[in-house]
Amino acid sequence: MIVLGIESAGLVASAALVGDESILAEYSLNSKNTHSQTLLPMIDEICRAAGIKENMDSIDAIALAAGPGSFTGLRIGAATAKGLSFALKKPVISIPTLDAMAYRLYGVAGLVCPIMDARRSQVYTGVYEFKVESDKTFPEAVNIEPNMVMETVMSQRPVAVAELIETLRAYDKSVTFIGDACHLYRDAIVEGLGERAHFAPCFMSRQSAAAVAGLGMIYMANGAVGDAFTSDLEYLRPSQAERVRDEKLADKKND
Amino acid sequence: MRMSDKDVTILAIESSCDETAAAVIRNGRECLSSVISTQIALHTEFGGVVPEIASRKHIEKITPVVDEAIRMSGVDLKDMDAIAVTYGPGLVGSLLVGVAFAKSMAFALDKPLIGVHHIEGHIAANFLTHPELEPPFACLVVSGGHTHLVVVKDYGEYEILGRTRDDAAGEAFDKVARAIGLGYPGGPKIDKLCKTQGNPHAIAFPQAKVNGSEYDFSFSGIKSAVLNYINQAQMKGEEIDRADLAASFQHAVVSALVNRAVGASKEYGFKTLAMAGGVASNSYLRKMMDEECEKAGIKLYYPEPILCTDNAAMIGAAAYYEYIKGVRHGYDLNASPNLKLGER
Repeated sequence: MIVLGIESAGLVASAALVGDESILAEYSLNSKNTHSQTLLPMIDEICRAAGIKENMDSIDAIALAAGPGSFTGLRIGAATAKGLSFALKKPVISIPTLDAMAYRLYGVAGLVCPIMDARRSQVYTGVYEFKVESDKTFPEAVNIEPNMVMETVMSQRPVAVAELIETLRAYDKSVTFIGDACHLYRDAIVEGLGERAHFAPCFMSRQSAAAVAGLGMIYMANGAVGDAFTSDLEYLRPSQAERVRDEKLADKKND
Repeated sequence: MRMSDKDVTILAIESSCDETAAAVIRNGRECLSSVISTQIALHTEFGGVVPEIASRKHIEKITPVVDEAIRMSGVDLKDMDAIAVTYGPGLVGSLLVGVAFAKSMAFALDKPLIGVHHIEGHIAANFLTHPELEPPFACLVVSGGHTHLVVVKDYGEYEILGRTRDDAAGEAFDKVARAIGLGYPGGPKIDKLCKTQGNPHAIAFPQAKVNGSEYDFSFSGIKSAVLNYINQAQMKGEEIDRADLAASFQHAVVSALVNRAVGASKEYGFKTLAMAGGVASNSYLRKMMDEECEKAGIKLYYPEPILCTDNAAMIGAAAYYEYIKGVRHGYDLNASPNLKLGER
């Protein structure tokens, strides 16, 4: 099986072809260039390099980091995934962005906490733990191998950084952070969690399309697949215009 | 005019503002299918298009709309000769959805990709309604976002004679409609009201001239005059006749459009004038332009109303001439929100 992974939720653009046992090709770019100009040329490049450009039908599914993240970045990824899926008649697997980031840190002891800058002093985050077994069911518990489960301790959401640190202080466990908000809030995190706080090193500190594709394979095995028509993005936030409208309506109610 | 011995079938996609659209066009002139999913109802409560809401709707609608256009055309996806998409001007978030979708389809199917200018599409809508129309001709492009007076020298070759210095004509319609409580979208609402009511000569609104450029437009002055008129009436406690006000405003805008378009056609010796864009379906504009062109001995063309609003059929028509010329875009094609007419 070959899954094409697409990740464009944050600053990193990433595309990967992943087979049953290993990555066939991966291309990640952390540059200021817009995903609109980089993402598809990157997919083109890995398909050529992996020798499947002439046989695109050998791709079994497209896995997408489907939010949260930059609204525009998510849509560039989603439109790309949908166009490929529609043209190739292959399924789309929508993967929660933060779940795929956590999966990147497979096997890490203690809690795993991906954090993405969500502006307004918030981060998009979730809390995960790799365990031998779990009481939860898919997708809160993802069976990676017979004796290793990725469990969702707190599902992905936008949270104020201070609130996240308070939440994590309640656990008596080490926490490994990954994501582009690490450098923004490192001091506050270390102050709040002390020696329990760890940060993923440079070679694994950002989103990876290979992790998206890898998690996509497990989703597929669980029958959690969509298509170009039905797959949705998880923005986790309304648009600014809707937020302002809802606040006004709430104010009126309270008057 | 057919420019290739072989039939050329193009799948076209348009998502520059608040309509998600797809069409299949043969040889630039024959519309095999055209599907438009409009979001007007979604934006009405906000009084205008909200870019983030528009973008979210595009990503939901893009696949069903493209799929329906292909099915209705009866052409197999693998038999398309090229995939065309609007890449500007427009709302960047909206454009990006169509551009990314079209690019990845072109990549997956190994088809040529053609990026199309939205306004060139509007102009090309005339080729679908009028198979006999060929360049050169003068063209008035009027919509919610654009007001241009251009010479179409040849397919894909344009010279701009005039453009708006401030608001687009359709934008002025929207703002005035909002001020008199008609709501969004303003153009069609004012048009409808004034078909049966209102005296276009009740109030004399100024027709702004732009210093030093005979064929440029300015509509913010007319809009301000209308708003002042409303304020003054309110201060005096006078009732406003909405229909008279709307009809007089419409008369002022339409007169400015007609005078410049017909004037330029005469000066440059064009016996053919076309109109394009959403405002080109305004019935008062059509009537006045018909009359003035008749007097001046100019043959007037405009697309059928469904091809005046944003649609993908017009993008497929414009793309055909780009295809024949060998224009191809790469996978790095980006949305270009401020793309200039004639820019490549």
